[in-house]
Amino acid sequence: MGMTMTQKILAAHAGLPSVRAGDLIEAKLDLVLGNDVTTPVAVGVFDEAGFDSVFDPEKIAIVLDHYTPCKDIKSAELCKTARNFAKRFGITHLYDVGQAGIEHALLPEKGLVAPGECMVGADSHTCTYGALGAFSTGVGSTDMAAGMAVGENWFKVPAAIRVTLTGTLPPYVSGKDVILHLIGEIGVDGALYRSLEFAGEGVAALSMDDRFTIANMAIEAGAKNGIFPVDGVTDAYLKGRSKRPWTVYEADPDAVYAETVTIDLSTLESTVSYPHLPENTHPANDGKDIAIDQIVIGSCTNGRLSDMETAYRILKGKKIADGVRGIIIPGTMAIYRECVVRGWTTAFIDAGCIVSTPTCGPCLGGYMGILADGERCVSTTNRNFVGRMGAKTSEVYLASPATAAASALTGRITDPEPYL
Amino acid sequence: MNTKGTVFKYADNIDTDVIIPARHLNIQDAKELAAHCMEDIDASFVTAVKPGDVIVAGWNFGCGSSREHAPLVIKTNGVGCVIAKSFARIFYRNAINIGLPILECEQAAEEIAAGDTVSVNFDTGEIVDETTGKSYRAEPFPEFIQKIIRAGGLLASLRKEA
Repeated sequence: MGMTMTQKILAAHAGLPSVRAGDLIEAKLDLVLGNDVTTPVAVGVFDEAGFDSVFDPEKIAIVLDHYTPCKDIKSAELCKTARNFAKRFGITHLYDVGQAGIEHALLPEKGLVAPGECMVGADSHTCTYGALGAFSTGVGSTDMAAGMAVGENWFKVPAAIRVTLTGTLPPYVSGKDVILHLIGEIGVDGALYRSLEFAGEGVAALSMDDRFTIANMAIEAGAKNGIFPVDGVTDAYLKGRSKRPWTVYEADPDAVYAETVTIDLSTLESTVSYPHLPENTHPANDGKDIAIDQIVIGSCTNGRLSDMETAYRILKGKKIADGVRGIIIPGTMAIYRECVVRGWTTAFIDAGCIVSTPTCGPCLGGYMGILADGERCVSTTNRNFVGRMGAKTSEVYLASPATAAASALTGRITDPEPYL
Repeated sequence: MNTKGTVFKYADNIDTDVIIPARHLNIQDAKELAAHCMEDIDASFVTAVKPGDVIVAGWNFGCGSSREHAPLVIKTNGVGCVIAKSFARIFYRNAINIGLPILECEQAAEEIAAGDTVSVNFDTGEIVDETTGKSYRAEPFPEFIQKIIRAGGLLASLRKEA
């Protein structure tokens, strides 16, 4: 019986010739990731268990991104705990203020992820790296601690949903619209415990950034991981970034899928998820009557350079609507710098927006753009749960960077198409 | 192992942001953190809940973030067991890893009402609604996971192997 791409990677890392959905395995890890919220909890568990070494100081990444630069004393203490742990064990990949970025934008940029690898992160959006053809999944702090100590984690081998992509996206419809559409189709638990394996001729035309965005939100369909085949687009991205050899795995032609979903990319339109679930999708065009107070462009979902470029193309030479707060957060320092060098930062400021250094801040209601009672935000982030960005009666509308930028100009949910 | 207590009932897709809002994740003390459990959907939960009580919920309980703080605040509040139609996978792992008993049972999750008295036997998977007299049987954990639970959590099980 054939294996899916995910199953092949897991089998290889478990030292097994083959695995089947439902098997419980222990797999070797190529990277273990944590951030300023989850690492301190892992450190507590690690110390309590009495471990005195890590499996490999070069295969652990700690990225201080959620509340940084620290918003208060408590978050400063969290960072200090994580920082001290990294120093104690000589962990190579500690990314602190100045080098840090939003973890899932940063790690691929730094070349820390390559195809065929098996990795876990104590952050649910660790599934992002499936875009590069790696098996990558979010875990909790105890799994992170175990991973750091022994370099292995247990997994239940997932069944898969094959998402067959055909056609090409219309201009200004992006990866964000693809994944919101998919979640709208299958629901927030539509892929529960399963892999989302993307395939089909439509993949080739998707940019690396679009693939990152799509894989990033696999968790919002309940998936264990999202994964893309490795092709020329992947190779071009990895060139000059990844310094170690990698293995490309392909799904067997007779791989077994629990389900197949087909999406014709050419039929998609700009999509918005209304509160309070990502599956609550509507065409952006239907939101004309919904007035907004804020937009956020950024996050591990949409804080990459092409997202900034889209925002720039829509906002340059214009002013955002009165009463709308525009918050733009490039995902990493390299992207931030590029926005400055290319003059995009100036254009954002002239349009009436603020441009922050990289942080997860507003996405999780941490800081840097918290909503008051009843306020509404169009956001390129990934969750619109009750109270996610602030007050429990506030509302988050998930959308692409193009939709968020166009909505900033009008003060209402707006399809970006006429604003090109 | 058993628990017996009063049921707190919640809907489908209870996410980790309502179980413990991220605005409090800068708190490191478990008790201080636990005081904010469920505050955005059920402000009375933390004052009403007693040791041994049971949370009963619908599909996809614990969806969203990977924060281990979520099962931790439920456990810290004394909840003896969470019964749901299904659990989001990271929450499921985290609950096992930190030793919060959870059971998947669609019929029990559907029929048991808020305020009922429920007893749960984790060894057999038997759930009894003592208010209605009905009993249910949840799927037991696979042996691999039972081993982790018997050892007292993931780290303890790793230490045992070492």
